[in-house]
This record gives sequence, C-alpha cells and structure tokens, in this order.
Amino acid sequence: MSDIVIKVEELSKQYRLGTINHGTLHQDLQSWWARLRGREDPNSIISLHHPAGNGGDNERFWALKDISFQVKQGELLGIIGRNGAGKSTLLKILSSVTAPSSGVVKIKGRVASLLEVGTGFHPELTGRENIFLNGAIFGMRKEEIKRNLDEIIAFADIEKFINTPVKRYSSGMYVRLAFAVAAHLEPEILIVDEVLAVGDIQFQKKCLGKMENVSKTGKTVLFVSHNMEAISTLCKKGIILADAKIAYQGSMEEAVSMYKKSMLNASLSVENSVNRGGAGGAKITDVWLSNESKEKTDNIAPDKPLRLNLKAEIEPAYQSSKNLTVGFGIDSFEGRRLFTGVSSWKNKEITTKGKRLEVSCQLPFIPLIPGKYLLSASISYQMDTLDYVGHCGLFEVTDDESSFHSPRSRDHGDITLKYIFEYRAYDN
Amino acid sequence: MSTTNDTKSENWTTIIRPHSGWFDIHLAEIWRYRDLILLFARRDFVSVYKQTILGPFWFLLQPLLTTLVFTVIFGRVAKIPTDGLPHLLFYMSGIVTWQYFSNCLTKTSDTFVSNAHIFGKVYFPRLTVPVSIVIINLLTFAIQFVLFLSLMGFFYLKSSSIHPNKWILLTPILLLQMAALGLGSGILVSSLTTKYRDMTFVLGFGVQLWMYATPIVYPMSQIPEKWQWLYSLNPMAAIVETFRYAFLGAGTIRPLQLGISLGITLLILIAGILLFNRIEKTFMDTV
Repeated sequence: MSDIVIKVEELSKQYRLGTINHGTLHQDLQSWWARLRGREDPNSIISLHHPAGNGGDNERFWALKDISFQVKQGELLGIIGRNGAGKSTLLKILSSVTAPSSGVVKIKGRVASLLEVGTGFHPELTGRENIFLNGAIFGMRKEEIKRNLDEIIAFADIEKFINTPVKRYSSGMYVRLAFAVAAHLEPEILIVDEVLAVGDIQFQKKCLGKMENVSKTGKTVLFVSHNMEAISTLCKKGIILADAKIAYQGSMEEAVSMYKKSMLNASLSVENSVNRGGAGGAKITDVWLSNESKEKTDNIAPDKPLRLNLKAEIEPAYQSSKNLTVGFGIDSFEGRRLFTGVSSWKNKEITTKGKRLEVSCQLPFIPLIPGKYLLSASISYQMDTLDYVGHCGLFEVTDDESSFHSPRSRDHGDITLKYIFEYRAYDN
Repeated sequence: MSTTNDTKSENWTTIIRPHSGWFDIHLAEIWRYRDLILLFARRDFVSVYKQTILGPFWFLLQPLLTTLVFTVIFGRVAKIPTDGLPHLLFYMSGIVTWQYFSNCLTKTSDTFVSNAHIFGKVYFPRLTVPVSIVIINLLTFAIQFVLFLSLMGFFYLKSSSIHPNKWILLTPILLLQMAALGLGSGILVSSLTTKYRDMTFVLGFGVQLWMYATPIVYPMSQIPEKWQWLYSLNPMAAIVETFRYAFLGAGTIRPLQLGISLGITLLILIAGILLFNRIEKTFMDTV
C-alpha cells in the first residue's frame, strides 16, 4: 500500500458571478416573468465584454483549474502564490468547507485546518471555555481537550488569564491561544494558512517549531505562507500556484526562487500586495515613495533625498492616544531584506488622534545600486502587528551617472557608498 | 462535504467530490460532534445571560406579559371563550408551548447567514448549530414551563375547574415533536434564505399568522366542524390543543389529528434536512 495521504486529481473550482443568484424572491419572479414573455431579463448583469448582456461564460471564473498533486505521509508541503492565485480556495476544498466543481480529492486520516486563528471564539467566554469550544469545532472530543488542556495553556503562555473573557485579551494573546488549540489537535493532516503573520517573532518561531515536530511524528503538514524564509526552512516540497494552476511543483528551494523571479513582472500595490497580515485595528491604505518635492514617484536617484510614506485608517479601539509603531522595509528583488526602519528605534512616538494616520520616513539618500526594490510597511501596537503589507510597492533606483563604462551587476554588491577617486599618475 | 467513508480498494477515509446526491447525509457524524452541540448551547446561553441586565428573567417576563395582554384583549375585550378555563391559564398554556416552537423556528432560520463566517473557515456538520439551538430553547421552555406549573398549582388549589389527566404522559412526545417541527421548518427557511434574503421578512409575519391559525387565543372548539380537516393540516394545532387538554382538562383530543400532525412534522423535518444538507455544500460560494 502506498503512503500517499492526500491525492488531488484534476481539481477545479469555478465561481459564478452575477446572474445566478438574485438574492431576492422578487427579482427571481421578475426574471421568470420576463423569460416567460420572451423579454430580456431585467436583472441580468450587463457585461462589458458582451454588451448584449446574456450573462454567459464571462460571469464565471476559475479559482482553480485542473490541479493535481500528491502528498506523502509525514511530508511538509509549502504552497506559495500571490493573493488570488487560488491558495485559499484549494485549502477550503481540502478542508471540506466548500465543494469543488470537478475533480476528486482523496484523503487518508483526520484533517484539521487552520484557515484562520480563533474561528468560533466567543468574546464573552473565558479562555478556558473557548479552548473547549474551539477544540470541539475542530472535531475534538471533550476528553481529548481535557487531556491536552494544560499543555495548550502553557503553549499559549496565558496561565494568568485563562479565566478571563477573551474580549479582554490583547490580539497577541488571542492569536497565541488560538494557535495553541490548533497545534494540539492531533490530526493526521494539518493544514495551516497564513496565520503566523500575526503575533511576535518569538511566538512565530515557536509555532514553526511545533509544526516541524508535528511532521516528525509522521503527520502531514500543508502550509501556506508568504513568509519565504519560514516556508523554505520548514518545507522540503513546494508548489507555486499562479492563475488557478500549478506553476511549479518540486523542491521548496526552487519554488521560492522561481516565485521571487515571477514577481519581476508583477504590478504591486497595497491591495495587490504579496503578503498581508495582522491582527487588525489599523488598516494601511497606501504606501508610496516620494522625492524631495514630496511628489509620488517610483524612480529614485541614489544620491537624492526620499521619503517612504504610508496612509492608514485607524479603528476606534486605537483612535485615542495610542502609541503605534510604524515600520518600513526595503527588500532586494530576490526578497532579501536590505533595510528596515522602525519608528520606535528612533524613539519617535506616533500617537493616534482620530481615524487617520499619515507617516513618512525620510532618508537623506539611498545607498543602493541601480535596480528594482520592493517596499513593505507595518503598523504595530506594543507587541502586536496590527497590519502588515509585504511587498506592496516596487521602485527603481536609477543610475545618475550617465556615462559609465562597465555596467554593475549584483556580484558587485547591493549598496553604494559615497566615494571619490583620486589619482596621481606619475613617471618616476 | 461529500465525504464517503472507506473506498475499499485504497482505504481513503475522506473523498471530496463535486456533487453528491440528495440523500448523501451523514447523521452519524452529528453524533460524533455531540460535544460541540452542547458547547454551542452553552455558549448561546452564557452570552444571553451575560449581555442582558435581567438575564434569564426575560424568559419569565415575556410569557407573563403576553398572557396579561392576551387576557385583556382576547378575554376581556373580545370575549373569546376559553372552554371554561381560567383566562390566565388558558392563554399561558398556549403561549408557553407556542413560544418553544416559534423560538426554535425563528432562531434556527438564520443558521447559514449568521454563521457564514465560521462556516467559511472550518468544517463541522452544519446541523450541529440548529440542533444546539433547539436544545438551548428547551431550557427556556423549562423555565417558562415551571412558571406555567406554578400558576396552574395556584388555580388548582383555589378552584377545581382544571383537571390534569393521563394525557400528561404525552408531554415529552409533544415537546419532541415541536422541536422536530421547529427545527425542520427553521432549517428549511434558513436554506431558502441563502438564496432569497426576503424570506426573513416572510418569516416574520409568517410566524405571526401561523400563531393565529393555532388555538392559542381561542379554543379549537371554535372552529366549525366542516373546517376541522383544514385545521388539521396545521401540525401545531393538535399539539397545543393536546397539551392544554392534558394539563387543564378542557378542549378536544382527536387522535387522527395528532397522527396527521405527526406525519406532517416528519415530512417537514425530512424535507428540511435534505434541503439543508444540499445547501450546506454550496452555500459558501453564494454568500
């Protein structure tokens, strides 16, 4: 017998938009009456592609198309892809939340999927009560939870607050508790969606460690993440999803490097960022670069001053005099972090007042060699990341030296410093 | 989802397929999740208890006030007969039973819409949610039932116009039937609301009308004999009337009507489960 525990065969998922579901009985009756008289349906969505508007194939789109892969027992499979590539849909089908349009998935063993932290947590219930509720939602029996209770509480590190309603928890505590429950599920197959984007670094490492341990006991883990570092340390095998299809399947290392290359042609923005996460409380709405005269730009000369800017909407809970920390990051195109600037490192207090926030970080010059770079930004409160947008902008450092003879390559280093050559040519 | 246990050749525990038949139902799964049902019930009880000032006292206040209003309007003003029973008892017996049914119906009717978020993130048998609602409402019923019993005791000591009888033994069955009927029609409506949001409004006055088609504010004896067959089509009519007869000893018991009522209840319950089961597989894509 083979040791394959997940077998996905030609899996497709199509979503229908528009005319299928009117939502109200009145409209359905209207449509039916119109059809009966041979008139045009007054409720059909007029499409831009087909002005005749008979609601055909253009109202459908494929979230997944003909996906096939297999996972062996004890394997750690990483799935990467941009937002909207179909990762979430795939995980939803694997965890039985939604049915596929065609294809088959065969699974051996109990599946626990962590598509979101704290699903079903009730704010009025205490931490302990929520452990039981959350565990039961994931299919655990009461005895199972009881057996693991102490371990869960210890893992989440919330002994003191276990009898406090979770509505009083900080978002970090909330995430820790939620992950702790999921990590102790004892399933044969664990599916984890981007849940590690929140919580502090230390706890993220703890979670990764836990997931690694889980796989060592012969359990299978499917992990979706935008954190290339985490996913490449954890997983051996990888899949890249792009436009509803599998773009690559093989070693994780290769997948990560291919994925990074594919970003070259991508258009990035806050809505269309590679990675987003956070506990909520603030929402970054725009991140951009500006030049000396505060004009938006994505071309920077290395010796000119520039600003990294962000705009955010603050939710009521954080609107009055909360000290937030804002960070900006610049990554090389390959995804390697080159620079991180955090407001609190400069002892700059960013205190909220009202629902909007604009922050900028000034750099007198950017010592980077010409090329393309990626921009990231985050807002946090104490230890909790409220919102994080990774790789939400692309900019180019241009070369101001119009007359250079030997073009520079990456082999010459990432940064450029101010330097002046002097020489003396002499004879004797 | 469309999980089929054991495909002999390869020992798969779960097979996920696009479409499954109407009868691909896994009721055994619900039993496996019985802890979840109780925890849901507990959660709902605790949240009601913690979020209202009067807490469980609402459960007493509501039937009490309704009984008083009915006594004044239907008893004193409209002077509708009550089969010779004390007004307060007559109305309260109807209200307490009706409350249980209508609570089950209305509270299960938005299962999909109000749980869309959690349903979208994790799989567990969706029926656990409405079943837990029916169970938690049993607690509300128990509180109100005690109120009814004490009022009954008071009248029993004071006068001898009420005659509790052996039909009382039928109470658990009547209760179960109301639970089944409330659950069945509730999940039927909740399945329809995923497609037609205006079902919610229909439900609002639908329940109201249904109450007036049930012997709550009048006794069944007021219905002319030639319309009794039509009246029998309302499964709640026989339940309320039997309940009232069992505890108070006035009214009419028609075994045939009870049988029809039971049949219709089962029909609605089965239809509800089938439709609910069908919808739960696709509804995440429509919300």
